[in-house]
Amino acid sequence: MSTSQLLIIALVLAALAFFAGRARAWAVAGESGGIRSLHSLPIHHGAMVALWCLLPALVVIVGWKLIEPAYISAVVADTVPAEVSAKGRQNVSLYRNEVENLAADGDVSDVTDEGKRLLGERLIAQRSSSRIALSLLVIAIALGGAAFAYRKIAVPMRARHSVEGAVRFLLVSSASIAILTTLGIVLSVLFESMRFFQQVNFVEFVTGTSWSPQTAIRADQIGSSGSFGAIPLFTGTLLISAIALLVAVPFGLMSAIYLAEYASPRVRNIAKPLLEILAGIPTVVYGFFAALTVAPAMRDFGQMIGLSVSSESALAAGMVMGIMIIPFVSSLSDDVITAVPQAMRDGSYALGSTQSETVRKVVIPAALPGIVGGVLLAASRAIGETMIVVMAAGLAANLTANPLEAVTTVTVQIVTLLTGDQEFDSAKTLAAFALGLMLFVVTLVLNVVALYVVRRYREQYE
Amino acid sequence: MSDQLSQPAKGAPERTASDMSPTTRQVTAGLARRYAAEKRFRLYGMFAIAASLAFLALLLISIVSKGLPAFTQTYMQLDVPLELETLGIDQQTVDGLLDGSISTQAIRRANFNGAIRQGMRERFPEVEGRSATRALYKLVSSGAEFDLAARVMDDPSVLGNRLTLWLPSDDEIGALVKQRADLSAPDTLVTRLDDQAIAWGAELKDAGDFDVRFNTTFFKNGDSREPELAGIRAALVGSAYTLLITFVLSFPIAVAAAIYLEEFAPKNRWTDLVEVNINNLAAVPSIVFGLLGLAVFINFFHLPRSAPVVGGIVLSLMTLPTIIISSRAALKSVPPSIREAARGLGASDLQVVFHHVLPLAMPGILTGTIIGLAQALGETAPLLMIGMVAFIVDIPQGVTDSATVLPVQVYLWADSPERAFTEKTSAAIMVLLAFLIAMNALAVMLRKRFERRW
Repeated sequence: MSTSQLLIIALVLAALAFFAGRARAWAVAGESGGIRSLHSLPIHHGAMVALWCLLPALVVIVGWKLIEPAYISAVVADTVPAEVSAKGRQNVSLYRNEVENLAADGDVSDVTDEGKRLLGERLIAQRSSSRIALSLLVIAIALGGAAFAYRKIAVPMRARHSVEGAVRFLLVSSASIAILTTLGIVLSVLFESMRFFQQVNFVEFVTGTSWSPQTAIRADQIGSSGSFGAIPLFTGTLLISAIALLVAVPFGLMSAIYLAEYASPRVRNIAKPLLEILAGIPTVVYGFFAALTVAPAMRDFGQMIGLSVSSESALAAGMVMGIMIIPFVSSLSDDVITAVPQAMRDGSYALGSTQSETVRKVVIPAALPGIVGGVLLAASRAIGETMIVVMAAGLAANLTANPLEAVTTVTVQIVTLLTGDQEFDSAKTLAAFALGLMLFVVTLVLNVVALYVVRRYREQYE
Repeated sequence: MSDQLSQPAKGAPERTASDMSPTTRQVTAGLARRYAAEKRFRLYGMFAIAASLAFLALLLISIVSKGLPAFTQTYMQLDVPLELETLGIDQQTVDGLLDGSISTQAIRRANFNGAIRQGMRERFPEVEGRSATRALYKLVSSGAEFDLAARVMDDPSVLGNRLTLWLPSDDEIGALVKQRADLSAPDTLVTRLDDQAIAWGAELKDAGDFDVRFNTTFFKNGDSREPELAGIRAALVGSAYTLLITFVLSFPIAVAAAIYLEEFAPKNRWTDLVEVNINNLAAVPSIVFGLLGLAVFINFFHLPRSAPVVGGIVLSLMTLPTIIISSRAALKSVPPSIREAARGLGASDLQVVFHHVLPLAMPGILTGTIIGLAQALGETAPLLMIGMVAFIVDIPQGVTDSATVLPVQVYLWADSPERAFTEKTSAAIMVLLAFLIAMNALAVMLRKRFERRW
């Protein structure tokens, strides 16, 4: 039986166990004066039996699957031909992989190489006996567990407590997945980055100004040994993000001020959801728009007024990215502006200031921490944005501050390094993880600071 | 309020400068300037909103105008001679087909392309020379032979006779026909075709042998190198599988996590850590989740590359924070009196939550889930990392097959140099946006219909 079939059988058994346990609880209750004499409801008894049936079986399946590969390779180790194992571990694993592929369809009789066929046959035989053993074990354990719990059903049995304990454990572990995810991100990125920094000096990585990640494929090749100076990527990212913020902050902030202070409820109810649509459009759509509409338009316009604008200019990518983050800035600022107490505005009006003076000199200063927090969040968003720059920004790492030229960004390089044919251990692919680490750290710091600022600000007026 | 402030009070007696105090005089002198500033400020605000909405309109209009032509396909009528010799079928096979003893699959590989070429040569008998005839053949789509094959396999009795049918035309001439371009004036056209090909096109058009129909291929096919054969079916199915996995994983986990954090979690370090983590995960760039997927699920757990199952896992990790945050809000909005009433009747903590609070919070939770899934549907970057950028021709049959998703298909087509792919890209974006609009509309409807104000 395959693992998925086994899982289905375990589930079916658990369902049967549930009904059996519930029926038994009813019967026990009937003997001793009705359902009110039971400590727990029949449903709880049924669920307890089902849990006893399912959980041990699941543990066995998972444990078996973890141990199985190591066990099988130990058992078949002596079948690997001596001349292969003499050449070292790497060779053995290569040989094993080859045979694994041959044996994947469960039939190696057509393999001509004697040694490979023998190994393949043993692999298949071991696999099938392991499968049979596991199936028998799982079914036995499921039935045994169910029987054990079934026999425990009695009037004073505290079935509800055990069932609720299990459910609570499930809830806690679900909540902990967030921590596991963060841990997974940190560990995976950190681990690969450390391997990268074994090959490339960290100082060279963060201070070097030349980025060309092409490493030689063969050792005897001359030339392109790869240089990993990430400064051009950092400046490129900063340039595009700065352009995006230059677009998004004024537009977003003014929209928020207008919506919060001036607009009638009707205008607000229409304009606000429309602005939010900008945030809901997939980034790949913005990327397409930037690459095929905005960038060519800018290049043509540049030609018209005698400027040479690259067709992958930082300006086009940055502007479109800015449009994308307008709603972030505007909705976050809108929230903090409306949170400013009305009394502060009234005080300002009473001193004779106009509405715009009130906004500029009272409301905005009061809301400033929240607005700054929102802008920081928008900045982290801009730095981590991928699709727009992948499609509309360049690939060449130029160290320039000219927005009309093509620059590349950290995210673009991660994507180019990791798509297409790759060898996982090369410095080239590992570099992507080092860049990912930088990206993660920078956005994390921005987010933490922004969330801290926003929370502090909220507390001030609550 | 603003009107009162920006206008001087009406009916106030005109006062001359001499009876004002110095302060009043100073204020009056500055009033005009301040009112002007007020007006300017308000205009800036209106301009900001108008400009943002104009961007939105520009984006949508540019995509719709580019994408609409892709929903139609130009067909040309051709009289195809189905000579057995050209097709490479012998009489025996035909007899077998007719009496049903041979499966129609036997002629799948017959030379239908040759028959179409013969038809084209007969339609334009004056064309001579290798390069000219090759250019002539290019007017018909290279997928036309499949249409012809399907027709013949449906009804083998046409073998040996002539068959007049509508075949898809090549994308370049097709685009000109769709645009209703004036084919008699080749110099005015923007196309890669040469004047000779345009002249043939004009002849076909004058004979009424072109027809523009709804493009079913676009919804039936997988990806293709030929624009007129490329479709979004594979990507749509891939998206569906990926979203299914995302939903199956993220919904129960997120709801369980939200229930724990909102109803049971004690105030301690661990709970704080979980909450901070969730808030931070919501703002981690999506590409970092892709790196996680690549390093953990593909290189460590050896799950298949390019498969919807890995994509679904990565996207569910990404959407978890969104769903958790909105589910918590929904749970929080259920009033405490419900919980107290249930407890008063003897319900246990879990019974309170699962029998009373959760059903009442469900509409809010589902709304948040749909919005989270809509985000996942539009996500591209993490899927590039786990190899879902493959060139997928076949419709994926399961969650472990190689697949791509709609946004990645958009990304792939956007890179193609053929002009017709720009059209396809825009059309795929329109389909993607239609799905997103539908999902968001569903969320809004759920909220309006079932949300209770306490």
